[in-house]
Amino acid sequence: MSTVTFLIVSAVKVTVIVTVVLMGVAWATWLERKLLGRFQHRIGPNMAGPYGLLQPIADAIKLIFKEDIVPDKAEKITYALAPIISFIPALLSFAVVPVSDTLTIFGQKIDMVISDLNIGILFVFAVTSLGVYGMVLAGWSSGSKYSLLGGIRSSAQMISYEVSYGLSIIGVILLANTLSMVELVEQQDSFFNWFIFRQPLGFVLFVICAVAETNRSPFDLPEAESELVAGYLTEYSSMRYSLFFMAEYANMIAVSSVATTIFLGGWQGPILPPFLWFVIKVFFFMCFYIWIRATLPRLRYDMLMNFGWKVLFPLALANVMVTAFLQRL
Amino acid sequence: MFDFVKTVLIALPKGFYTTFKHLFKKPVTLQYPKEKMPMAPRYRGLHYLEKYEDGSERCVCCGLCASACPADAIYMEPAENEKGERYSEVYEINLLRCIYCGFCEEACPEEAIFLGHEYEFSNDSRDAFIYTKGQMLANRPTKEKPFKKIIRKVRRIF
Repeated sequence: MSTVTFLIVSAVKVTVIVTVVLMGVAWATWLERKLLGRFQHRIGPNMAGPYGLLQPIADAIKLIFKEDIVPDKAEKITYALAPIISFIPALLSFAVVPVSDTLTIFGQKIDMVISDLNIGILFVFAVTSLGVYGMVLAGWSSGSKYSLLGGIRSSAQMISYEVSYGLSIIGVILLANTLSMVELVEQQDSFFNWFIFRQPLGFVLFVICAVAETNRSPFDLPEAESELVAGYLTEYSSMRYSLFFMAEYANMIAVSSVATTIFLGGWQGPILPPFLWFVIKVFFFMCFYIWIRATLPRLRYDMLMNFGWKVLFPLALANVMVTAFLQRL
Repeated sequence: MFDFVKTVLIALPKGFYTTFKHLFKKPVTLQYPKEKMPMAPRYRGLHYLEKYEDGSERCVCCGLCASACPADAIYMEPAENEKGERYSEVYEINLLRCIYCGFCEEACPEEAIFLGHEYEFSNDSRDAFIYTKGQMLANRPTKEKPFKKIIRKVRRIF
């Protein structure tokens, strides 16, 4: 493939992925409100368009027209940068997620992944943990005690759960003997080769840590409404506020896609086209996220720390050790 | 440790199962302006003044409703018509003072005033809540209220 075609193909891939993810983010909010509503015997948004499907557009328009307030005590530059810092990493991790099988268009073989890094998993984990800087900076630069508390909480939570998060997929890497996402998917070619069956404990740990990493209920301490107003985004308004929310939902989709790729066989599946399988799996993972939110109450801060260090961390270590031992046999 | 394992293996799936069950239940939401709750027959809403079959007013301006009113919301001025019958020239209810207790309809010896089923009468000025006699007569529902019998019974008891 010549350099020019490579550039064009990459540009198209990036555009398509970013657009799809942003649309996904918009309608993930709709899905969440609708599902949460049904979990609570409500209907959810139903006024804007059929089944309230135009609700995200209405929300976006509303948020854009809101006044953008910067508090006097805020550190102006960091305050403006923080939402972007938390949003960009959420998008970046899609760079290594293979969404479909290799396609052949005009005689060119095109990988349905923006970049097949040989350290794909490492890249995902490096990039997703960058997102916490956005939250910490937002909390610190707002010049408000609630924001600061939220920021501190998010950093503490991230550090605690990052360890188990990383360890939970070491088992998979040991089994697969690769760090490339594309190769990982190729190894899960039949249903029982999915890593969820070969690494069940690893999957459970991954899901728990992923929920904590994306600051979702029951680990949503950085934005605990009942204690911290809105945590790190208390002082934000308008589009900056919505950037944080887009970051949260983009992170959810990113984590869902990574979980799909690592544990649920990525785009592998019978009959239906590979891309559709990928979307279905991500969709179910998102629904599971919302189900968790509808079920579990928020943890207390000390419980969160206890759980992270005294339960998840030993379990993750044990999982790695047992896997390594069995792999050596 | 045992407690923790019990939590994870029993309590967690139980909780998830509970929420999952509720996902498929019918929502209880009422699309309010479109659908409304069925109303109790004795609901006490906005007042109205009743008329006789020949179209003359029942109210004779005796003032019993005003004296029964615990919120002091009723104001009336009597007058006489050409046949020498008393009627109320001014009959006003301050809807912001009224507590919708229904004492006026119990006190009324002529069965002239009733509390109807209307409850959507919000407004943006205080003056608009002075509810005049013309409005009260116009507010008369077309259907005969089934609870008039009940009111008669109540009146006999006290």
